[in-house]
Amino acid sequence: MNSTRPASLFPLRIRGLRYAPDGREVLGGIDLELGDEGITLMLGPNGAGKSMLLRALCGLLEPCSGEIIWGDGPRPTQGVMLVFQQPMMLRASVLENAVLGLRPAGLRRAERRARGMAMLARVGLADRVADSARQLSGGERQRLALARAWLTRPRLLLLDEPTASLDPTATAQVERIIREIRTDGTRILMVTHNLGQATRLADDIVFMAAGRVCEHTPAQRFFSRPQSEEARRFIQGELPWRMTF
Amino acid sequence: MLAATFSDALALLATFDHRVAEIVGLSLRVSGGAVVLGTLIGLPLGACIAVGRFPGKAAVSVLINGLMGLPSVVVGVVVYLLLSRSGPLGGLGLLYTPPAMIVAQTLLVVPLMAAIARQVVEDAWQRYAEELAVMRFSWWQSVTTLLYDCRHSLLVAVLAGLGRAMSEVGAVMIVGGNIDRATRVMTTAIALETSKGDLPLAIALGIVLILIILALNALAFGLRRWATRRFG
Repeated sequence: MNSTRPASLFPLRIRGLRYAPDGREVLGGIDLELGDEGITLMLGPNGAGKSMLLRALCGLLEPCSGEIIWGDGPRPTQGVMLVFQQPMMLRASVLENAVLGLRPAGLRRAERRARGMAMLARVGLADRVADSARQLSGGERQRLALARAWLTRPRLLLLDEPTASLDPTATAQVERIIREIRTDGTRILMVTHNLGQATRLADDIVFMAAGRVCEHTPAQRFFSRPQSEEARRFIQGELPWRMTF
Repeated sequence: MLAATFSDALALLATFDHRVAEIVGLSLRVSGGAVVLGTLIGLPLGACIAVGRFPGKAAVSVLINGLMGLPSVVVGVVVYLLLSRSGPLGGLGLLYTPPAMIVAQTLLVVPLMAAIARQVVEDAWQRYAEELAVMRFSWWQSVTTLLYDCRHSLLVAVLAGLGRAMSEVGAVMIVGGNIDRATRVMTTAIALETSKGDLPLAIALGIVLILIILALNALAFGLRRWATRRFG
């Protein structure tokens, strides 16, 4: 992986993306367009297809139909990174886990470690470098996962509920890092169920329900004047947590 | 009679009888060599089967599992045929030498270690596959990463291989010939000395064999416990 970032990932256009394993429609024709900067938060009830959309963007699942158009180029082989809700932690030190994503780049071990140490300092884990990654708290694990992803200098970072089940202090630390990553020039698409977090972080909101994008609007407008009935009910807490369609 | 036999066996051990030491030393060299080779071949092989996607993967897994119970005498005969003067590898002159015994024991332990490694690594692969794919890990990088992550669990495979190698008698008897001071190991010596009626030596060797296996298992147990505390 080069230290220079791949060009032309944006605008990212998703057209009619469908995914229906075993005939069960999970993504029912997603249309979405993302520009090249900012933080987009995806909201919606459980089962809306948010995490599946992130997986599709990473190439982890093959859609039945539709297309993902990356700028004016082909599907990128680098520059897109996904941080999972429960990130993988190898039975190894914090530093070894942090630099894991640099391994495919073929960097020398000393170079990887130097970059890892610097990154761990940025995310507030400098004093845990030699500790076992599996002994970290939930918040520290998420910071480590963000550091691992950030080290690869992604152009698009996908985050799948990175603060789920974290306490407010740990959530604030994770949010600070997400803002820094954005400031560093990375486009962020993040799934959350936390409406407060959406108001703090989001430049724009994608609201999904039943495998479809109901609306994609600037954050302020989404909360003050939601355009879809589903979003209005979701914000007001009227929508059942898991909808049956 | 039994008490006297045990007493003589313990005396042999207490005086560091040179025959016992020689046989134990050769056993450790042969089985140790086989386990080192088995580790180098079996663990990556098992991991490759776990991570790989290829036609007939299920059949290969079943085959490897089945070969865990490979009779040692069958392996002995096959290696004998390969290494005998008229066999394809006869020119190497390995028959009735410790290297031939290492080859035979390696063939015995590789399926066992590969089968255990496949199961351990496959479990880890199911948890990590997506994340490694997102990080653009190559197939081989995934294999080595998983082997590293599962290293403590894979100690079980190494121990199982060592246990199999040290306790088998059929293969080393056939390809080694049980030649005194050349290819006589603990198991073949125990079989021979028992048939000759020299029970103290057979029992002394049996005690050493059991103590070695217990000591290695205790070491592995302690290592795993430390690793679990250290790395989770």
